[in-house]
Amino acid sequence: MKRHALTNRARIANTGTMQGTRFGKRWSAWSGVSRLGVVMGSALALGGCISVNAPDKPIVIELNINIKQEVVYRLAADAGNTIKENPDIF
Amino acid sequence: MFGLTDQLQRRPATLLAGSLALAVMALSASASAQQRDPAYAAARAAGKVGEKTDGFLGYPTPPSAEVRKIGEDINIKRREVYAQKAAAQKATIDDYGFTSGCQLILATAPGEKYQAPDGSWQTRTSEPPLRNNKCPA
Repeated sequence: MKRHALTNRARIANTGTMQGTRFGKRWSAWSGVSRLGVVMGSALALGGCISVNAPDKPIVIELNINIKQEVVYRLAADAGNTIKENPDIF
Repeated sequence: MFGLTDQLQRRPATLLAGSLALAVMALSASASAQQRDPAYAAARAAGKVGEKTDGFLGYPTPPSAEVRKIGEDINIKRREVYAQKAAAQKATIDDYGFTSGCQLILATAPGEKYQAPDGSWQTRTSEPPLRNNKCPA
């Protein structure tokens, strides 16, 4: 079996991402400066704002208790009358 | 509706007589209703039965057969009353019993037993009783 090399093949990529000096992705020195500017700008803009943080615990609405309370208040007068009307068993 | 109002305006005497009759009926009803059975009253005073948070009687100490009989007898009658009244109010027996329990615990006399929200039995003193915070004031 013969081995054939490809003719006119592309240059072998030997430069890792963000590692080379001339090739590959790399942030320029100025991009860091502009990011810093964005951070500072937003910090200034937020200086006069109220910061709202999401609570770390889940928000629990105790609906059952409220319903029970409402029912108990509604029944209170009637229950009082019932007790007065049946002094032998209360 | 219009007819009824019309009639009431024309005949205030009828209305008065009707309400008088109702008042007399209510009076006689409350007069005919019995007071506590002496055995039940004695068991209450001795702390052998107490008011539970659910509107029924309970036993702070292991009851004798007689005391259990007294308590269960009252509880059966209470359940019947709660069931009727709760149905009329479109409420559950549990809710009606709980609401009654709030008031019955409040109405205990010093020396009588009642159940605190944590389930423990307490002796009523002259201080307000320990009640569930869902109880109306």
